Amino acid sequence: MIAEITRIRHKYLRHDKKFPHVWCPGCGIGIVLGSLIRAIDGLGLAKNDLVLASGIGCSGRLPAYVDFNTLHTTHGRALTFSTGIKLANPSLNVLTVMGDGDATAIGGNHFIHAARRNLNLTAIIINNQIYGMTGGQYSPTTPYGSNSTTSPYGHIEHAFSIADLAVTSGASYVARGTVYHVPALDKLISRGIEKEGFSVIEIMTNCHTQYGRRNEMSDPVTMMKWFKDHAVTTTRAKKMSPEELKGKFSIGVLTDIDKPSYTEEYQKIRDRAKGREVKS
Amino acid sequence: MARDQNGKTRLLQGNEAMVEGALAAGCRFFAGYPITPASEIAELMSVRLPMVDGTFIQMEDEIASMGVIVGASLAGVKSLTATSGPGFSLMQENLGFACVTEVPCVVINVMRGGASTGLPTSPAQGDVMQARWGSHGTHPIIVLSVSSVHDCFEITVHAFNLSEKYRIPVVILSDEVVAHTREAIVLPDRKKLEVVERIKPSMPPEWYQPYEDNSRGVPPMASFGDGYRHHVTGLVHDAHGHSTQRPEEIDAFQRRLFRKITNGFYEIQMTKSMLMEDAEVAVIAYGSVSRSALRGIRMARKKGVKAGLLHLVTLFPFPKMAVSGVLRQCRAVLVPEMNLGQISREVKRVNTSSKVEKINRIDGQLITPEEICERLREM
Ligand SMILES: Cc1ncc(C[n+]2csc(CCOP(=O)(O)OP(=O)(O)O)c2C)c(N)n1
Ligand code: SF4
Ligand SMILES: [Mg+2]
Repeated sequence: MIAEITRIRHKYLRHDKKFPHVWCPGCGIGIVLGSLIRAIDGLGLAKNDLVLASGIGCSGRLPAYVDFNTLHTTHGRALTFSTGIKLANPSLNVLTVMGDGDATAIGGNHFIHAARRNLNLTAIIINNQIYGMTGGQYSPTTPYGSNSTTSPYGHIEHAFSIADLAVTSGASYVARGTVYHVPALDKLISRGIEKEGFSVIEIMTNCHTQYGRRNEMSDPVTMMKWFKDHAVTTTRAKKMSPEELKGKFSIGVLTDIDKPSYTEEYQKIRDRAKGREVKS
Repeated sequence: MARDQNGKTRLLQGNEAMVEGALAAGCRFFAGYPITPASEIAELMSVRLPMVDGTFIQMEDEIASMGVIVGASLAGVKSLTATSGPGFSLMQENLGFACVTEVPCVVINVMRGGASTGLPTSPAQGDVMQARWGSHGTHPIIVLSVSSVHDCFEITVHAFNLSEKYRIPVVILSDEVVAHTREAIVLPDRKKLEVVERIKPSMPPEWYQPYEDNSRGVPPMASFGDGYRHHVTGLVHDAHGHSTQRPEEIDAFQRRLFRKITNGFYEIQMTKSMLMEDAEVAVIAYGSVSRSALRGIRMARKKGVKAGLLHLVTLFPFPKMAVSGVLRQCRAVLVPEMNLGQISREVKRVNTSSKVEKINRIDGQLITPEEICERLREM
């Protein structure tokens, strides 16, 4: 087990990067990174063909530590850069890591349109229900009634369900996991990467520093316990009544459909266009 | 109309000539969002790019368009976007990203009148300073201007070449008149056209430092997928591309970005002198105004005024050598602009004791040759 961890660490972590990393002790983003690397390793993807892009935030710092083609873009815009990379070189595997604010506040428009377009991209959204990096202001996924540095009297807005948003926007594969259910998370990410078409994996992640601390969950363990107690598998959720489901969230695969990806469709456009002559 | 055979005369709009220029320069990627008076560029690209195995995509907005073309360029494909004022405003953040990550790309801004939604179908030159300084923080950028359909072809090719050579975004400022005027143009033979490709690393991947300084100040650029795995970030970074807080690394990085442009200054500075040999007064102009200026100068000469023209193609880095020569030669210069004086101030900065006069129109109308001639006679 230890030997396996050492192997993976040496294979994928950057040796020229100045560790230690920027994250707080116990931050869930590290668990996401572990899962992501195991999924990539399990699929046997070549490091040269893998692009890992991110936006801005604590989650946005993730690519810097791993030895792929990595890109740390602007806040909310990571999917637009990934779109360009994938279209310019469809043979690359392009993964995009975003925060909840990154993907659904400032980048919300890019997110729904990327899902609608169905490019063969994988979006990994680290949902810690808060703006971690900027000091704990509320995000589009901060629960109603909770406290943040910009909702000192309690939050009066209602949270987005990122996964549901992705389903309605047309993503081919949508899954939700947590940093507590790690073996399941490895599989959800792996399936998402393999999927042809736009795939989204929303990951409930602990930010005890900025979210937990203000909402009676000031340490990682308490937050993990909260994920454990409130997560329901999609299979079990189907058998539960709306009352039983109140306050819970489902984990597992929410959508897995097949439709032609943008890259395939655009190749057809090229074939059609080549039959035509240039007129002016 | 004749089929697309180089060497034949064609009747093209400025916007169409820009598409021809981009394709001739090797551009194979376009992302954009519709806006008057730039939309024809996107429309024509959507027809032409798939024919040459390129890619066209219409994005959800201009923020996205700018992000997409930077991504495509990181994957090794020459990329373009085109817009007008409102869209250019939205592009600024990702344009700044391209400046500090040194990703080649070309942005066309077909300027229209007014601030905000302004005058969508009228010409103006109000975005000159925005093109230079629109994105926040200390960063260099190259800004070129076009004044004719022929320019639209030629300068677009130059823009791609400079962008690839110096690893820097290039903004081309066009305006509504240049964009929509149809003129006869002979497209040069593609084989004779100089097309620059970015320099790629040749060392073994383990030796590659994506932001390592060299004599030119332009590090070789590996595309994603080339086997040179590296990190690209908009944070201020060290030679490896990783963020840094060390003052000496920060300073060296930021200064190198400027040094590479200073090193190439004589190549980047493009101006055209006309009727300057014996000139005692001169007009310094750019864009469609330079054409009114030339006619105004010819009219003034008929009336005995020894006037000449310095037509600025490059606006930034500001061609101060060429301007300084004109300021030394002439007793006064006139800078007509369709704004309240953006380049005239740069001219003034070259030599504060020179006499710099202005004609400024912001009513959505062109500056006429008569206006220029009249003023030259008074100077
Ligand atoms: C255009 C812009 N606006 C604001 C910011 C400041 N900012 C940096 S990270 C961030 C929010 C991060 O929250 P989230 O996306 O949830 O990521 P987390 O830090 O929680 O992982 C903000 C607002 C920025 N970098 N860019
Ligand atoms: S602030 Fe929150 S999200 Fe950011 S590193 Fe700390 S625990 Fe993680
Ligand atoms: Mg967050």
